[in-house]
Amino acid sequence: MKRLFVLVVALLFAMPAFAVEPSEMLPNPALEARARDIGRALRCVVCQNQSIDDSAAEVARDMRRAVRERLAAGDRDEQVFAYMVARYGDYVLLKPPFKAGTWVLWLGGPLVLVVAGSALLFAARRRRKIPIVPPQPLSDEERRRLDALLKP
Amino acid sequence: MSRRLLFLLPLVTLALMAGFFAWSLLAGRDPASIGSVLVGRPAPRLDVKALRDGEPPLTDGLLKTGKPTIVNFFASWCTPCLAEHPLFARLAERDGAVIIGIAWKNKPEEARAWLKRLGDPYKFAGADLEGRAGLDWGLSGVPETYLIDGQGIVRRHFRGPITERDVNETILPFLKGGK
Amino acid sequence: MIPELGHFSLILALAVALVQGTLPLLGAARGDDRLMALGRTAALTQALLVIAAFGALTQAYVTSDFSVANVVANSHSAKPLIYKISGVWGNHEGSMLLWALILALFGAAVAIFGAGLPDTLRSRVLAIQALIGVGFLAFLLFTSNPFERVSPAPLDGNGLNPLLQDPGLAFHPPLLYLGYVGFSVTYAFAIAALLEGRVDAAWARWVRPWTLAAWCFLTLGIALGSWWAYYILGWGGFWFWDPVENASLMPWLAGTALLHSAIVVEKRDALKSWTVLLAILAFSLSLLGTFLVRSGVLTSVHAFAQDPARGMFILAFLLFVTGGGLALYAWRAPRLQGGGLFQPVSREGALILNNLLLCTLAATVLLGTLYPLFLDLLTGNKVSVGPPFFNATFVPICAPLFAALCVGPYLGWKRAELWPALMHLRIAFIAAVIAAIVAATAIDGRATLAALAFGFGVWLIAGSLLEFAGRLRVGRAPLAETLRRLRATPRSALGMTIAHAALGVVVLGAVATAAWNTELIKTMRPGDTASFAGFDVKLDRVENLQGPNYIAERATLTLSVGGRPYTVLMPERRLFTVQRRQVAETAIHTNFLRDIYATLGESEAQNGWVIRLYYNPLAPWIWLGAALCALGGFVSLSDRRLRIGAPQRGKGRTRTVAQPAE
Repeated sequence: MKRLFVLVVALLFAMPAFAVEPSEMLPNPALEARARDIGRALRCVVCQNQSIDDSAAEVARDMRRAVRERLAAGDRDEQVFAYMVARYGDYVLLKPPFKAGTWVLWLGGPLVLVVAGSALLFAARRRRKIPIVPPQPLSDEERRRLDALLKP
Repeated sequence: MSRRLLFLLPLVTLALMAGFFAWSLLAGRDPASIGSVLVGRPAPRLDVKALRDGEPPLTDGLLKTGKPTIVNFFASWCTPCLAEHPLFARLAERDGAVIIGIAWKNKPEEARAWLKRLGDPYKFAGADLEGRAGLDWGLSGVPETYLIDGQGIVRRHFRGPITERDVNETILPFLKGGK
Repeated sequence: MIPELGHFSLILALAVALVQGTLPLLGAARGDDRLMALGRTAALTQALLVIAAFGALTQAYVTSDFSVANVVANSHSAKPLIYKISGVWGNHEGSMLLWALILALFGAAVAIFGAGLPDTLRSRVLAIQALIGVGFLAFLLFTSNPFERVSPAPLDGNGLNPLLQDPGLAFHPPLLYLGYVGFSVTYAFAIAALLEGRVDAAWARWVRPWTLAAWCFLTLGIALGSWWAYYILGWGGFWFWDPVENASLMPWLAGTALLHSAIVVEKRDALKSWTVLLAILAFSLSLLGTFLVRSGVLTSVHAFAQDPARGMFILAFLLFVTGGGLALYAWRAPRLQGGGLFQPVSREGALILNNLLLCTLAATVLLGTLYPLFLDLLTGNKVSVGPPFFNATFVPICAPLFAALCVGPYLGWKRAELWPALMHLRIAFIAAVIAAIVAATAIDGRATLAALAFGFGVWLIAGSLLEFAGRLRVGRAPLAETLRRLRATPRSALGMTIAHAALGVVVLGAVATAAWNTELIKTMRPGDTASFAGFDVKLDRVENLQGPNYIAERATLTLSVGGRPYTVLMPERRLFTVQRRQVAETAIHTNFLRDIYATLGESEAQNGWVIRLYYNPLAPWIWLGAALCALGGFVSLSDRRLRIGAPQRGKGRTRTVAQPAE
């Protein structure tokens, strides 16, 4: 049932309009550019993996307006993000915050690199320690056979 | 020996992942669910115009009355709202629940006409034409319903229409026990 | 009648696949030639049967047979013919049938071109291929029958999702599946090698063309999907890190790693168990993608009809294929003894670094895609992992990969010196630095990291071409000598140069588009003008149109420079009447150095229409580069030495090196 609701909402709102509308935009280009950047990092809560900047949903429009109002009121970017997180949780951040629950997410990739990389280096160094045995001088017997072979 | 264990690593990783997938499928997890951060926290600011002519605006005071309160966002254009409406009517009438209804992104005259046609269960009704209150309440669409206890703390948040089961298992016990 | 024949063919195909999946395996174990010979016949028969089934469904679509439920749900009589055909695979059941078809065709290809393979290896490969086929055919027949009838038949169908009614997306799935399913052959070779306990240079040579072919198709499929997203979604983005996109990127990364590690097995008889693992993983990641897209465990923009019951089936199948493969790997792989020793600084070392970085990239994508699911299940916390996360984690790992990419081909096998290789590349390095500085200054210091990435793009192109020029002794030997060397150069070396340089082209396109695009969003009325990126833009008119199955508004925008008309852009907004959905039809003017991209938005009552214009520098290079990359793969595939089945095992050096474990 819940899923149906989300679907209905998505369908209702997927219809009109596209993303950022001219009427929403701030007159100050620097502030508007910041609003766009913030908008790209905030998730539209009724869409599927779309930022509010890309989304045509009603809620996304409200969120874009709120971002611009906060910026116009002099908020720093972090304050705008905090404002959204207070209402929708970490879910709205397309870049999850670095905290206890997301350590694995953030460090997983680098960890793979470091662990596998150092294991490989370690293996390579161990391999180098295996002395590459210098060729033994030929024994007299071998020398005789070689000479025999080389003789036309 | 440790080298052999290394060769088992991919299989173990797969088993772990598959376990999560099976858990997700069997638990019927809804990937579209966004949860709510409001539960357990004081209710957000309430500051909306009244929907019905001649009534005072709705303010925070309405949420700290010592009595549990239900806050419901709705709209006349929303089909699922139609489905849950009779439940609210019954909660108000039979169980004497205090319900605050807020028409979200809805022209007041249309919302009023809708309530006139279907019955008005709301003790207080507000109009949030621009969706500002909705944003403060972390709304993602309509309908959404919040249970607020007497101290003004949000105890439950339903995204989507409430059901008969929600009423019997959650809302009625909440109204009686306060939690 | 015909749909029943199709259904019946599928059932027969399942029976044949069961035979093909068991008896040749038995034959290989017992050395029974007749049982082994059965594999080839069965593979060809199975392919014919699945072709028949696919033909039957296509026929139902083309003739709009609305007594078939699948046609009703996904087609409509007013649809243009091409979309009636692409509608066959534009839905869950049909796309699974396409998957089964490609799987059977690959099996038949192994049967036909694998004449040079040893009998035991070939029958094992075919049997494993068939066992995968059994899974897909059973999945189709038991959970997703495309031939189900409805009675009474409705007068017309519900139509295809308008977003899918597009030439780009019509061919995106077949290419993508050719890639995904192509890796099944690689997988089958890996399992067969584990069963035989033998991985050697000959094996690597047999596997390589199949891997290359799958990789090329996957590259093209991903590129086509990204191109589609670019022009249909209407805001000029080309990659969104959506789970569905990630699902295709992961096997691509694993496949790329596999292509490189297989070279080490072929040339140096090392990295054997690792290569076998990659071969298993490339296909497993393809299956994982299918599972993620269709089971509904993740949300995505391009979601298929999602169904947990089907999800359970695919999960079980995934476990069977991947789990079986990895269990066999855990059991048998430790016996595969690596041969050739080498120093860290060597061609082998460079290819291992390549593998390490590519696998880290794949792991990053995997973790980012699945983490929201893990965290939600474990703690109930909801997080989103989107483009900014991947830009912060994926892109930095690309830097060392790109840096090392040009150096690798200069390093000799076994042991090499780093410094001489770097000295060879000094011109490329200087070119890259200059490009980065120019990019940083020309774009007024905006996005300095992008300038650095731009430098990397130039480094890739210059470094790859430089290596090829050095190989031909361009400028250092007479022209005749260079030409002689060009003719003598193996195609695989040429292919490598093309693919590596093409990667640079993709990087340049992606960086320039993402970092230096400009946009104009403006409400305009007919007759209004605006200036944008050096052009004067005039909205001439907006008119209504009637399409075959949609109605549309079309804007006519004239772009002129200094009063002289330059081009006319006609973006549309279509409303598909059957599904009541709007789709933007963008208008793009390209000169291969930049796109001017226009979309028509909502009309705002009296004020006019919302017009969006984007100036995307180097955007076409993204897909041009990807196509070149695939071309490099195909050139390499045409190498005489790799011609399928050509190499013979057990001649010369390989015999003494390969020690059968059995």
